[in-house]
Amino acid sequence: MRLIREFEEHCLEKALAGTIVGGIHPYIGQEAVAVGVSACLRADDVITSTHRGHGHVLAKGADPARALAELYGASTGLNRGRGGSMHAADVSLGIYGANGIVGAGAPIAVGAAWAARRAGRDDRVAVAFFGDGALSQGVVLEAFNMAALWSLPVLFVCENNGYATSLPVDRGLAGDPVTRAAGFGLTAEAVDGMDVEAVAEAAGRAVDACRAGAGPHFLECATYRFHGHHTVEHLMGTKYRDDDEVAGAWSRDPLTRQRDRLTPEAAAEVDTEIAVLIAEAEAFASSSPGSDPGDALDYLYAGLVPARPGA
Amino acid sequence: MAAEVLTLGKALNLGLRRALERDAKVVIMGEDVGKLGGVFRITDGLQKDFGEDRVIDTPLAESGIIGTAIGLALRGYRPVCEIQFDGFVYPAYDQIVSQVAKMHYRSRGLVRLPIVIRIPFGGGIGAVEHHSESPEAYFAHTPGLKVVTCSNPADGYTMIQQAIASDDPIVFLEPKRRYWEKGEVDAEAPAFPLHSSRVTRPGADVTVVAYGPMVRTALDAATAAGEDGRQLDVIDLRSLSPLDLSPVYDSVRRTGRCVVVHEAPSNVGLGAEIAARVTEECFYSLESPVLRVTGFDTPYPAARVEEEYLPDLDRVLDAVDRTYGW
Repeated sequence: MRLIREFEEHCLEKALAGTIVGGIHPYIGQEAVAVGVSACLRADDVITSTHRGHGHVLAKGADPARALAELYGASTGLNRGRGGSMHAADVSLGIYGANGIVGAGAPIAVGAAWAARRAGRDDRVAVAFFGDGALSQGVVLEAFNMAALWSLPVLFVCENNGYATSLPVDRGLAGDPVTRAAGFGLTAEAVDGMDVEAVAEAAGRAVDACRAGAGPHFLECATYRFHGHHTVEHLMGTKYRDDDEVAGAWSRDPLTRQRDRLTPEAAAEVDTEIAVLIAEAEAFASSSPGSDPGDALDYLYAGLVPARPGA
Repeated sequence: MAAEVLTLGKALNLGLRRALERDAKVVIMGEDVGKLGGVFRITDGLQKDFGEDRVIDTPLAESGIIGTAIGLALRGYRPVCEIQFDGFVYPAYDQIVSQVAKMHYRSRGLVRLPIVIRIPFGGGIGAVEHHSESPEAYFAHTPGLKVVTCSNPADGYTMIQQAIASDDPIVFLEPKRRYWEKGEVDAEAPAFPLHSSRVTRPGADVTVVAYGPMVRTALDAATAAGEDGRQLDVIDLRSLSPLDLSPVYDSVRRTGRCVVVHEAPSNVGLGAEIAARVTEECFYSLESPVLRVTGFDTPYPAARVEEEYLPDLDRVLDAVDRTYGW
């Protein structure tokens, strides 16, 4: 969690400074979800992620230096500089990508689980992370249906941070997520997404059950994002949450909560370790060569057909 | 196998069978493709012979079908998805355009998605809108997708196998009104490159460019024009993205006249792109503007009047005549 928090704080600074071109969707506040779930996963499990994906990607094991390099558009990045924030991926680590389209990763996780089933490896679980807004996307419901129909080892993780961009969840979602998921035959439960140990415990149960062939599961994690939907929000002057509400949420900071469970020495050790990792990541990313516009036509196809440069 | 006469539908079925035999990673998935064998019978008998595990009946969820195909492909499979009718592809449009088309490029080649999306397309069977559409331009407009279409049984047999063997995602359009037309299929004939267009009938007077269901129409027009002493050079594009227009340029430099035929509406269609490129490449050879013979710029019409909408022999011949009017 500390790694994600510090990585995101670093990215906020670099996005505002223009080192990261364009905006990012910071994961700050939601760290307990990615970390709690990923703590239950193995290297051969896979995840699909969201536009707010840095936390998932790091928690699943991506190299922070290559992740930062990706955000800097460097050729050493996870996607060799072409994916950026919203498409960071590392298929070799089972990270099937952050995704700019809300809900789009859900069926991809189902397909990955289906592949595991075909290989006789139900013990390999696929996790689809998505937000509360994605529950309004048809393709997520298609994915629920297919996963349940074929009893696939999929864990759907709904990070309910209370807002679909600016729309409060009670203005955008009929019914409640757990009941909806249960209606598809998913084993569903809700958990405090601001408590990493609670998330890990619930996810552990779900992942173990998936591995044992009990079919798909659904976990609603109640959480909160402490920053805006994206980093450009403050420039746009958009405001849809009370200052009191945001300040109150900080009192539930999952990092503070977990820190209180550690000895001061252990916490300080984590801080030191993470500071080194971030410094190393920055040194790597900032010294990496940028992407070359001259190769823009490359890799359009796997087959040997050149792209057209346009008129 | 010696050459045999097959319908396009049977040729595609045989091509799919060969692909399933050749590579255990090939799976077929879609609505009614298994037990029923597909509403057009293109996957007839394949589930019986290859099992429910490889020829998979899916729910009616086009976006979910393509999304799951991505997950399968990322784990080493080669999914062949059937979209039952052209109009049903739109619910899957996001997964195709936003996900399938872009993963290879945005990973600078680290990810490959060998997915084939088969779509029966076009009109002529009395099936009205949603079941008679020509969506090729939407996909050809999307970098990262390849779009091909066959016009005859021999190409159907070969091209479907080439598409499945390709490491790129391919939208494979099948001219549904031609499923029952017969032609010779020689399994031992040397394969023609998947992304190459081909002169189907040579002629010196007017270049006629067509693809999919309109190749037959263009050939019929060429026969009729020949009786009037005018020789049409008919080119079957086969690949709509990437386009292989070199044979078209060669032809137009000889004929000076070019007519493009497709069922889809004309506005911002393939014909517009071809006309633009032919004009750029062959400007000083042209005796007239490049003309288009297309469907109307309307939604696909009611079955009773679809013959009015669809380009036919007379409309092609009329356009050929008009190229002599400048």
